[in-house]
Amino acid sequence: MNLSPRRAALSSIVLLLLLVACSGGKKESAGKGAVVSDVPAYGDAIVEGSIGDVSGFLTAVTTDASSHEAAGYVFNGLVRYDKDLKLEGELAESWEISPDGKRITFHLRKGVRWHDGAPFTSDDVMFTYGRMIDPRTPTAYGEDFRQVKRASAPAPDTFVVEYARPFAPALASWGMHVLPKHLLEKYPDISKSPLNKKPLGTGPYRFVEWKTGEKVVFDANPDYFEGKPYVSRVITRVIPDQATMFLELKSGGVDIMTLTPPQYVRQTETAEFRKSFNRYKYTASGYTYLGFRLSHPFFGDKRVRQAIAYAADKKALIDGVLLGLGQEATGPYKPGTWAYNPNVRRYPHDPARAKALLSEAGWKEKDGVLVKDGQPFEFTVLTNAGNDARAKTAAILQQNLADVGIRIKIRTVEWAAFINEFIDKRKFDAVILGWNITPDPDQFDIWHSSKTGPKELNHVGFANAEVDRLLDEGRSTFDLEKRKKAYFRIQEILADEQPYVFLYVPEALPVVHNRFRGIVPAPAGITYNFIKWYVPAALQKHHIQP
Amino acid sequence: MFRYIARRLLLTVPLLVGISLVSFLMMHMAPGGPIGSGTDLNPKATAESRERLKAYYGLDQPLHVQYGRWLGRMATLDFGDSFSPDGRPVAEKIKERIPITLTINLLSMGLIFLVAIPVGVYSAVRKGSFFDRISTVAVFTGFAIPTFWLALLAMILFGVKLGWLPISGISSLDYDTLGTLGKIVDRGRHLVLPVLLAGFGGLAGMSRYMRSNMLEVIRQDYVATARAKGVPERTVVFRHAMRNALLPVITILGLSVPDLLGGSVIFETIFAIPGMGQLFYQGVMSRDYPLIMGILTIGAFLTLLGNLLADVGYALADPRIRQGS
Repeated sequence: MNLSPRRAALSSIVLLLLLVACSGGKKESAGKGAVVSDVPAYGDAIVEGSIGDVSGFLTAVTTDASSHEAAGYVFNGLVRYDKDLKLEGELAESWEISPDGKRITFHLRKGVRWHDGAPFTSDDVMFTYGRMIDPRTPTAYGEDFRQVKRASAPAPDTFVVEYARPFAPALASWGMHVLPKHLLEKYPDISKSPLNKKPLGTGPYRFVEWKTGEKVVFDANPDYFEGKPYVSRVITRVIPDQATMFLELKSGGVDIMTLTPPQYVRQTETAEFRKSFNRYKYTASGYTYLGFRLSHPFFGDKRVRQAIAYAADKKALIDGVLLGLGQEATGPYKPGTWAYNPNVRRYPHDPARAKALLSEAGWKEKDGVLVKDGQPFEFTVLTNAGNDARAKTAAILQQNLADVGIRIKIRTVEWAAFINEFIDKRKFDAVILGWNITPDPDQFDIWHSSKTGPKELNHVGFANAEVDRLLDEGRSTFDLEKRKKAYFRIQEILADEQPYVFLYVPEALPVVHNRFRGIVPAPAGITYNFIKWYVPAALQKHHIQP
Repeated sequence: MFRYIARRLLLTVPLLVGISLVSFLMMHMAPGGPIGSGTDLNPKATAESRERLKAYYGLDQPLHVQYGRWLGRMATLDFGDSFSPDGRPVAEKIKERIPITLTINLLSMGLIFLVAIPVGVYSAVRKGSFFDRISTVAVFTGFAIPTFWLALLAMILFGVKLGWLPISGISSLDYDTLGTLGKIVDRGRHLVLPVLLAGFGGLAGMSRYMRSNMLEVIRQDYVATARAKGVPERTVVFRHAMRNALLPVITILGLSVPDLLGGSVIFETIFAIPGMGQLFYQGVMSRDYPLIMGILTIGAFLTLLGNLLADVGYALADPRIRQGS
């Protein structure tokens, strides 16, 4: 089965981002719907299809997407990303950053209550912080919180943190779900507390039940501080197979799921389908790349990397792999977001230019293959097994590069072996991999020259003094303009250096039953305003007794 | 007989320890580890947090210490806590998956015996007949067709087009509001497709086995004798031949014991059934060591138990073997 490597890939990259992030969202019209009074009404239930089961509800200790999505219904953080992927207050009404950028003062919302009625205060935030840095908490997200020099709760509605130096990504780290102190205090290890199985938070939905491997049920929280959600019940059904999930969608067993490109292009074009469902399409928060081990003798020369970028036919990749549902990647940021620089060097498909650059670098063609110092230009491209898109990408690149005289072999390896035996040990020539794009543009861990050690993420071994300096600059100021300048310049350098050939950014393709109204696509996707979704009274399908 | 059973039972203990040791070593030899799924390629996970997590799960200890700890816990039948973030006891995770897996396996196994034995017997008695040929083609088709593909076709037909049966899962969303009868009907409707398809795939082995047993027995002298005595054909087939042809089935039944708790990953994935197959597969993919060891140990124990049951059952049914021992 090919689910797990894909899920591993999903879960392995920062998951603070709960919503499918996207930009330039478009809704396709559902055709002529019946005339119904389109007035928001409470009631009905939405059934979500999820390929993975929840592994726990405390996001401090879980790392998979399914768990983080489910927990998002029940818990809140101090801050969150709004529809334009900018930080806004959630449990914090507002915050101030001291002029030196070292201290953040959060002013908390008043009158917020936990689902059991207990008041939410700064003590809960303090408690959460304490547990994040507690060695007894099995969390992968402790690092951001260990940067805090001092934290205090001077008043029930005030929480103050001080850092040794200004650290911009710190603000987003306070999107971590705040935990109820009064219920968790007595558990030294929160992952072993009942709350990890039966969560209780401050969020828009209250937990009802979790049937492992089957479903999770939530009911609307009538006292939610942003107003009671219209949709009365959320049911997340675990359906590990995409094809089965699609059949469930068509037969009414599921109301919302994410389509694959073939499903989007070939199976949802029928009038019958369009009568009942609305499809959405927006830029996903991730990109796929071909990365070079820069210490490899072939790839030390920038001209060679640029030549490969010219040789790679990105249009063919997008058409072949994503059936056209994607766009060219030009760097590590998401097109349309504030950190994205559209004006960088681009590499249109140009085999002649690729050949010229290669010949400049000393590679001469002999019997259709490039040779230098008696060595043919041959290398292996590695990718993880079970990821169909990456395998297809490799096959198309193989053809593209053969056209300019470069021979590549493709090798796919099971995820854990791929990471541990090849990536971590730097035993690869080139890899096809993907990164999730986080809303905060700090990518210190991926590009800084100090991050090339074992298990660190600069696995291609990129080192550039200017980028190092800019990465530092970008993360140590809260000034958006200064940050933008730094990240724009970084993208220019990356585009010129091509340590990766940035290939494509796919589209996210959710589909929702069209009785749900109030869906407004935005750069952050469609679920950011979930509590405002509603089903007009006449169209409600499930009758939920409150 | 009892001394024999007692001796065999005692022997299973060192065998189980040996099996668990080999499993344990193989599991640790596989690349990656339990903390990898959360920390690999995760920019938030530093070397320090990795070390903390390793220490948390006791993975910083040498292998023999880890195995010793596991064995010590097992001696008190404690399977330990899962390494997955929910940290629930392994025994609890396995226990909640057993009913559905057992139900489907018992039903499909029952279906297989119910259909395959008569088909096998009839094919043997009427060897070369139209029925023999048709049934051969049918059971081998079931064996050869990829289950996941057939399952999807069945879902499209019965779930989407005709709307007779639910597509996946093991209960409807309104299951809890149904009465007892409603619950039984609902479960039954969800089980129809999985059980039928699992049964269809398993018919070939059993029916061919039965057919060849029967063919062998029918050639025996005592069957010829019975016929010569003028015993009616029906009695010859059912009393004289079939009872003897059924003897080896006891062995198969014994060997099927571990299968009762083993689930098929592909099957459970397609039908969204939260059974043992998915649990084990997810355990392996996330390197959830205690869960993997728990399921492997149960599987090993059931295999040994099944062998013993088969031997004992055979001895009880076949006087020749009973006298021999």
